[in-house]
Amino acid sequence: MTRTLTGLDAGADAGRLPADRRVLASAQALAVACDGRSVLSGVDMEIAAGEIVTIIGPNGSGKTTLVKALLGLVPVTRGSAGLADGTRIGYVPQRFAVDAVLPLSVNRLMTLTARADSAAIAAALDRVGVGHLRQADVARLSGGETQRVLLARALLRKPDLLVLDEPVQGVDFAGEAALYALIGELRDEMGLGVLMVSHDLHVVMAATDQVLCLNGHICCAGVPSDVSRHPEFLRLFGRQAAATLAVYRHEHDHDHGLHGEVVTDADHDHANHDHAGHDHTHDSHRH
Amino acid sequence: MLDDFLVRALLGGIMVALVAGPLGCFVVWRRMAYFGDTMAHSGLLGVSIGLLLAVQPIIGVAVVVVLAALALFWLERFRWLASDTALGMLAHGSLAVGLVVAATVPGLRIDLMSYLFGDILAIGKGDLLWIGIGAIVALSVLALIWRDLLAATVQSDLAKAEGVPVARVRLIFALLVALLIAAAMKIVGILLVTALLIIPAATARRLSGSPEAMAVWAGLVGCVAVTGGLGLSLWLDSPSGPSIVLAAIVAFLLVLLVTTFRSKNAAA
Repeated sequence: MTRTLTGLDAGADAGRLPADRRVLASAQALAVACDGRSVLSGVDMEIAAGEIVTIIGPNGSGKTTLVKALLGLVPVTRGSAGLADGTRIGYVPQRFAVDAVLPLSVNRLMTLTARADSAAIAAALDRVGVGHLRQADVARLSGGETQRVLLARALLRKPDLLVLDEPVQGVDFAGEAALYALIGELRDEMGLGVLMVSHDLHVVMAATDQVLCLNGHICCAGVPSDVSRHPEFLRLFGRQAAATLAVYRHEHDHDHGLHGEVVTDADHDHANHDHAGHDHTHDSHRH
Repeated sequence: MLDDFLVRALLGGIMVALVAGPLGCFVVWRRMAYFGDTMAHSGLLGVSIGLLLAVQPIIGVAVVVVLAALALFWLERFRWLASDTALGMLAHGSLAVGLVVAATVPGLRIDLMSYLFGDILAIGKGDLLWIGIGAIVALSVLALIWRDLLAATVQSDLAKAEGVPVARVRLIFALLVALLIAAAMKIVGILLVTALLIIPAATARRLSGSPEAMAVWAGLVGCVAVTGGLGLSLWLDSPSGPSIVLAAIVAFLLVLLVTTFRSKNAAA
């Protein structure tokens, strides 16, 4: 199979997105090497206002590097990557730990790189549901609280593009779904572009428009239901992940295929069988 | 009034402490205590070179300490060399070279003890002027880069993505620390300079709820340590540099005791 799904233009061509699509960040034939070792090569991608794009891939596949290249945080070896002129970003980095050596309240963290008025700070914290933590010590926040506070801080900058590197780390399963729902709401309210990195597959697939499956290069890209069936995706994440995803994928198929018809147990079984067959056939082609 | 050596010592010490406090906070937050120590150790080489070239020792110190800081940035690029190993090599290597140069170059007479442990009571009017100018410049520069430096300290990628010139701010900070060390050598000596940076900052942590409050408290604690140390030195006829560090440690322990007692009471 050729990589016809590479790049996100496919979505635009299909007419899924409006014509006045405003591109916020893009990469063209991007290659990044670190200590002489290639981390990324031949990456083409873009994200526009109002889109949620999720980068998935195994550990070491270059997900964070791609994000950092777009933000200008790592040097580009070949090709290009960057933000469109005038794109304001709100960034939630992969690693964020303030230890108790530094006395830093949530309130002070909110104005870390720019001043902001008190009402705006309160509004941003309230919007993500952590208004009560305003005076709390950042070093004492839980994983989920930290992610929400960082999200509020990013929103305070009135960004065009939210860049979230593993936004649900340290968040329990129920919290994960809530956080992804919140990110979706923010996109709808503010018309933000959202670029996410994740490796928890099935929750994020439900909350995203476009998926980039990365492993040093873009293995496949497209809408979640296509990507989850793509041979490269199945090869990378294996049968177990594919089985987990089957639950999601067939829900998704129902959304689109059944147009509100009542879903019966028989349909479920059928979908599962169908998927298992697909997976198996694919495995035999691999060699 | 400035004719009194004690007044000069007190003024010089307080000015250095007011700068060392806020800078020391960043040294503590960024876990750079050993970095400061390494730059201080390289100071002796600066003294020797300064005397060799017949310039003010403090200028030799400033130049060598800045070079040591740049060497550290350069060594950081080698991932196969642990950063604490690089620091240790540079600290003791430069101290050794400084000692060898001081001992073997003919005609070079260095009062080693005064550089290793400080000679605050020998601060002259000229020194005082330079320390004053240096302190005002250093505090102004620190105020200008404060928000950026703090952002880079909390999360450097985040700061950089949001437009903070992280590399430049880090370099300016390293230069400020280098200059402070050059000035503070006179006060507490090479071996105790780091103490003046980290003990007031560590003490201030117990008293502060924000980075800015901690910086101010660290400056104040430093002033108390200088004053107390000089008093101690006068009273016991003890060497002034170590007495100042001793006073700082006592201040730390007192604050630790009082704040721990208070928070226990508050909990009960």
